[in-house]
Parts: sequence; structure tokens; C-alpha cells
Amino acid sequence: MSVEVENLKFYYRTRKGSVKALDDVSFSIADGEILGIAGESGCGKSTLSNGLIHVCPPMELAGGSVRLDGKNLPLDKPDEMNTYRFRNLSIIPQYALNAMNPTVKIGRYVQDLMQSRGIDYSAIEKLFADRLRFVRLPEGIQKRYPIELSGGMKQRVVMVISTLLNPSLLLCDEITSALDVSTQKVVSALVAAFRDEKIVKSVSFVTHDVPVLYQIADRILIMYAGQVAEAGPTEEIIHAAKHPYTQALVAAMPEMASTYRQKKHASIPGKPPALLDPPEGCRFKERCPYRMPCCDERPQKRLVGNGHEVYCWKEDL
Amino acid sequence: MRLKDNDILHYALRNRKLRIGLAIIAFFMLVMLAGPLFARWEARERAGLYPSAPPNSTNWMGTTKMKEDIFSQFIFGTQSTFLIGFLAGCIGTTIGLSIGFFAGYVGGWFDELLMMLTNILLVIPSIALLIILAAYLPYRGVQIQSVIIGCTAWPWVARAVRSQTLSLKQRGFVSLARISGVSPLRIIFEDIAPNMLSYVVMVFILQFGGAILYAVALDFIGLGPTRGISLGLMMQEAFQNNALQVGYWWWFIPSGLSITLIVSGLFFLNTGLDEVFNPKLRDQ
Amino acid sequence: MLQVEGLSKTYNKSSRARVRAVNNVSFSVEKGQIVSLIGESGSGKSTIGNMVLQLTKPSSGRILFGNQDITRQRSRSSLKEYYRKVQGVFQDPFSTFNPIFRVDRVFAILHREFFPNEAAEAWQQRVEAALLSVGLTPAAVCGAYCHQLSGGQLQRILIARALLLEAELLVADEIISMLDASTRIDVLNLLGEMRERGLSMMFVTHDLSLGYYISDRVIILYKGVMVESGNTQTVFSDPQHPYSRSLLEAVPRLDVRWDELPPRPASRHEAAMFNPDCDKGSPRMEQIGEDHWIAVRDCLPGTEL
Repeated sequence: MSVEVENLKFYYRTRKGSVKALDDVSFSIADGEILGIAGESGCGKSTLSNGLIHVCPPMELAGGSVRLDGKNLPLDKPDEMNTYRFRNLSIIPQYALNAMNPTVKIGRYVQDLMQSRGIDYSAIEKLFADRLRFVRLPEGIQKRYPIELSGGMKQRVVMVISTLLNPSLLLCDEITSALDVSTQKVVSALVAAFRDEKIVKSVSFVTHDVPVLYQIADRILIMYAGQVAEAGPTEEIIHAAKHPYTQALVAAMPEMASTYRQKKHASIPGKPPALLDPPEGCRFKERCPYRMPCCDERPQKRLVGNGHEVYCWKEDL
Repeated sequence: MRLKDNDILHYALRNRKLRIGLAIIAFFMLVMLAGPLFARWEARERAGLYPSAPPNSTNWMGTTKMKEDIFSQFIFGTQSTFLIGFLAGCIGTTIGLSIGFFAGYVGGWFDELLMMLTNILLVIPSIALLIILAAYLPYRGVQIQSVIIGCTAWPWVARAVRSQTLSLKQRGFVSLARISGVSPLRIIFEDIAPNMLSYVVMVFILQFGGAILYAVALDFIGLGPTRGISLGLMMQEAFQNNALQVGYWWWFIPSGLSITLIVSGLFFLNTGLDEVFNPKLRDQ
Repeated sequence: MLQVEGLSKTYNKSSRARVRAVNNVSFSVEKGQIVSLIGESGSGKSTIGNMVLQLTKPSSGRILFGNQDITRQRSRSSLKEYYRKVQGVFQDPFSTFNPIFRVDRVFAILHREFFPNEAAEAWQQRVEAALLSVGLTPAAVCGAYCHQLSGGQLQRILIARALLLEAELLVADEIISMLDASTRIDVLNLLGEMRERGLSMMFVTHDLSLGYYISDRVIILYKGVMVESGNTQTVFSDPQHPYSRSLLEAVPRLDVRWDELPPRPASRHEAAMFNPDCDKGSPRMEQIGEDHWIAVRDCLPGTEL
């Protein structure tokens, strides 16, 4: 296992109290694995990626640990994290398209970035060019300004920069959400290619778009209201989900197989709880069709198959 | 307008700059409103027995070379300085807002025409314009001075408001109002303007302070009100009578210090409000 | 009901560069039909929606509603008459509501602008009935501010607004794209119910799976040009234009993986196909099946227009 996350908690401190955006989450990512993390807005999936990279106020580490390649990450010490960031774990942010300084040429930008990390640019200049070719960008991108590139090209440049030092863990935070369908496909396929070429060891791919995960993820983790609902192999999560939330979420996706007139998709009634003061027990209980008295207690992890974990009290899973 | 969960009020009460600014302005408001109760003379009345007397029990802030009571001058001067700031601020803000709103919302050639006018006024040095205008008027009162200042100070307000309007115009609620058949005038005043309320308040404060400074500058070069008193006129008279060189400190310090305090108070108020309204500027 | 004929919109970027956002687009929407305009960014789909809503003025072409060319009548009274029948819902629900007012202000405006003679009580009853019919509890939404409600609730309020006007055509511009997975299907289903009540819709979207789920007819746009149109089932099962084909292949599905998609037989109309990337001039839509059209070249290659 290259990544082991245990009982991780990231809270946001606000005037009214702590917002428990990520509350006691445990999972692991194996070597060479793409873990898809899905959920609706506010489920904590972006908090997870951002917190792993940089815990900064108002976000705070409220507990738990993360082991990367057997070493504990000093999440609560931003300065020490500096030596891990970029080298051991790296992020492709949600707003990668605006991440680059528009007045600096791309080559220069990378040079400055390397310098600030104490890395000799000339040593990796060739690697950078190779990688740009690997993501099928035309020659001479280094001499161009970010505004000269299209959205999809910029996204690929950012991907190359993020993975330049072969990090063990690559965090992708909603990288396909702002893209058109055709670019979406190219970008997600590239993430898989980075893994296949062993440029990165493992990937955490965060998105609200479950069908994209079906295409590239090896395993999927479904989050709900700051906690894990279910995690397991992609095929099982999509076609044999056990948790009532996962079932409802997948059922709510229009997926080019049926139309409104043929088969109406059902939605999930209600809305997620406020995380400032979440209810006791299972967080999905208010919207769950199978609610039982024991749901007022927090469900324990149950193994229902090979690497398939469900956090639910329901007996006949 | 409702305060979002009272967040704005919460930050407003805790903002140090805002509190300093408010305290200074409140102090001068008090001087302006309650002062006349204590002023025993008119500004231009012969008040003391001796000219250029230092502060004493009769003339609390001393007298001028013309035996006028400086305390009374200070009270009435503050009044007229605030009046100039308020009137000129109102005029400048109103003209700037209207031109900005219409240019931004209507667009097209109308926008180009208004912006051409604005840009022309913007490049003419306004102090030169003020001098010419002021010099041509036979009689100058506080009100006339305010009108002159107000009418020359609006161009940058118009430009800023126009760009804000342009961006608000892209918002969905403007489109929704349009497909609800709401008239353009109503859209500007009911949908766009309220969203710029915080901005308008800040613009007004800046115009207020700017007008006071312009008025002082005019007073100081001898183009102030031909009758009456203002803080600028007090400074000018003190300066003309070499108060600085002869050491009549009580003549120029009250006016000089108050102008500085009022303008910095307004500045604090403005930056404080900016921090309150703009969450990105709030410190933890 | 709505007929769009040769609609174009050109923006002057500078004195030389001109951008053809919409290029010679023609289609129609019949009563009780949902027509999807599908395209990626820069396809001109939203511009078409805005032109139909008269928020943007077309450069050329006609928009006929009930046989009247609405691009020619722009007086306020005729505009108002038009908006009684044609309404819109926009992409970002949180920006469609003015943040400083309560959400029910949108109803108060309708009352003031369109039904000034209706008594307040009768109007309030109608508002409540409309809210109930879109699945909202009137007490829960009236008096709230937009940041207190969810995106799905806000979009429903806007649909209720169109119902109050008894609108005949609704332009829904990406109304699902900012909603969460569990609520988007709700709003989509609501559109389906509205269609059953006789409301026609122009459904503008970049998401092919949504267009497939809800619409009767689809129009696929690329760089302001219609490349393929027709019955939803026909176009999705047998796309002919290379662009529609590549678009369909890129859609992430829940049943087949990208690399496991069965290969499609070659397109039957390759030679005459209009290519928006390099062909100059305007395309012509040619019928290739029962309600199935693709863009073909207006002239033979090599001849100038």
C-alpha cells in the first residue's frame, strides 16, 4: 500500500463552531491504483485533496494520520510538508486552468518553480520536453504564454508540471469538471497513462462525475457528508452497490442507456445534513429508505467482498 | 437590506480602522452640532481685547490679528467645511453614479459618448479648472464652491461605476428582470444599484474627503468663499499673517490639525468599510 | 410554434477579426416538444438561446413565433407580449436571484408587470399552486433568500414562474449543469412532466447524456454551425457527422468503457460532409433519413462562394 489514510479529520474553524468537512475517514490506495473519490458537493472530497496538500486556516487537522510509502506525513507542519509536496505527493487543482501566471512564459514558469524548490532546471529540462511530448502537446510550448493555449492544453501543461518529479501520489481534484466532453476524455485517459508509465505510483481522482470514474478508476470510494459510505472495486460499486446512498446516486445518473419516456430515473429526496452540527450516527439516515433504530449509532465498517467496504447497518447487504 | 447573518455588522464592530475613523468623524460632528452653543461670537466679529492673543479664559483658542475669536472660527469653519464635503460629495456621487449606470447598462454609442465626455474631463487638471471657474465668479459662497467641486470630481466615479455595472449586467438576475418585462430604469435602480450599495457608500466617503481637500486648496490660494469662514480660510489667513514665522501657533494649529484629522478619519472609515464588505481583506 | 431561420450572430472582436458565434442556424420547435441544442463551449448554443429570449440581437436571420418575426418588433409592449409566452431559466441559479432580495420577489415582479389587475390574494393562491406543482412547499421557499435554498429548489422556482405566466416555450440554458447529481435528475424529470402539460422547451446543454434522456429532437452544434440534427433516438444510435460521432464516443457511460466501445460502421456521407474547421461559407442541411439531417457543403470543394 503506498497510501494509508487513517481516521483523518479536517475541520473548518468558523465563528459558529467547527464545520466537520472531513470526519474520520480511512482508506488506502495500492501501488499502481487509481482510486476514484465521488460524492456530491459538500461531501468533503475536495477538502480531502486540499488538506493532504496544504492544511491552512481556516482548515485544521483535527485528528488522524496519513502514511505515504511507509512514512507519516507531517500534515500539521506546513514547512515540513514542503519537502514532500511536489516530490512525494502532488496535486492537479480544480482551477488548474488559471493556475499559471499569464505574463510568464511556460518554460520560465517551470524554471522559477524548480528554483524555488532547489532543483536544477537544466537537469530536468529534457525530461520536461519529453513529458510535454508524452501528453501530445506540440513542440515549443515552453516558449509560449499560457493565454496562447486552449483550456485542454493548459490542463495538460499543468498535469505535466505536477508530475514532473514522479510523485508517489497524484491528487486530481475535479480536473475534468470544467472541460468539454472530448477534452474530458483526453485528460482522464492521460491520468491513466501517467499511472501505466509509472510516472506516478497511485492516483486519487476526485470528481462528482461517476461515469468518468467508471471509465478510469480501479476502485471507487463514495463519500457522503464528510464520511465514507462505501468503497470497493469499480465494477461492484457501479453495478452491485451495497450502500443505499451509492445505489441511489448511481441510479440518479442519466447514462445514455434509457430515456425519460422509457425509464424515469429516481432522485434522492431530501438534502445532506449541515456539517456544523451533523446528526449522531449514520449521516444518510434522514434520506435513507431503510432507516432503522440502530442507524442512530455510527455504522461500523463491514467487509462484504474482496476489498469492498460498506458503512451501513442494513443486514441483507 | 438585510445583513447576511449579521456577519457584516459583526466585522464592522470589530474592525479597528472603522472604529478609529468613526470616532474621529463623530468627534467633529459633535463639534459641529454642539459647538455653536459654546461659541460666543460670530466668526468675523471683534471678540477679544487684544489681537493675536494666545489661548485664555475668554478666548479659549486665542484670537487672530483682527481680534476674532479662533474658537468660534473653528466651530463655524468645521461646519462649513463639512457642508462643502457633503454637498460636493453628493453632487459628485450623483452625477458619477447616473452617468456610470446609464453608460454601463445601455452600452453602444450612448456609452461611447458618455465615456468620451468623462475621459475629456478626466484629463483636464481639475484644480486648474477649479481656479478658472472660481476666478470668474464675482461672488463665491460655500454652496457655489461645493457645486464647482462636485461638478469636476465625478469622472472617476463614473468610470468605476460603469465597469461595475458592466459586470453586474452579465449576472442572471438582470437577464431574468429583462425577460420579466421590467423597464431598464427599474433594472438599474432596483436590481443593479442595491448590489453596489457598499460601493456607493465608499465612493461617497472618498468624494467627501476629496472635496474637503479641494476646498482647502482653493481657500489657500485665495479662491475660497468671499464671505464666511472655513478651515481652509483660517489656514490661509494665518499663513498670510505670518503666524508660522511669528509663532502664533494657536492660529494655524486648530485648522491644520482638524483638516488632517478629518481627512484621515474619512480614509480610515473607507479602508475599514472596504475590509468589512470585502471578505478577502478581512484579517483573521 | 417557434421557427428559427438562417440565424447568425457575428461579433466584431476588433476592426478586422470577426467571430461567427452562430452561423446560419435553422430549426423549429413544435408544441409539447423538447429540442436539445447540444454542443461544447464555443458552439454558440447559449447565444442561440439568448437570441430566442431577445437578450441578444441577431446579426441576421429570422425568429418566427406564431408566424410573427420577433426580431423586427422590439417595442416594449410587443416584447412583453412575447415574454408572456416565451420564458427562460438560466445556468447559475444563485446568480439568477438577486442576492439581496427574498426569492419570492420574482413572483411579485410578475404580478406587477403582467397581472397588475389581479387581486393580491388571488395571485398569492396562484403562486402557491404553481410552487406545489413543481414539487415545492410554498411555506419553505417564500420569504427565503437564495443562499438559504438549494440550486435545485431555485431552478424549480423559476420553472414555477414560467408556469404562472402560462408560457408556451421555455428556454432552459444549461439549467442542470450547476446542480448536484441527486437533484439534477429531479429537475430533469420536472421538465419531462412540464412537457406532458404541453410546454415546449429548448434545452441547451453540453451534456449529451442529459440531452439523450429528456429530448425528442436534438441539434448538435459545432463552432456555431449545425452539424447534425433529428430525432434523438436516430441521431444517438446512428450518428453520421464525424463530429457527432467523436462527441458520442467521448461521453463517459456507465455500461461500456471507452476502449470497449464497439466500432461503428463508416459514415455513409463522408464526401459531402461540411467541415466547420476548414470549409468556408455556410453549410446546408440535407435530409438523410426520416427526421435525420446532416450538414453538407453548400458548394463543391474548390469553388468559391
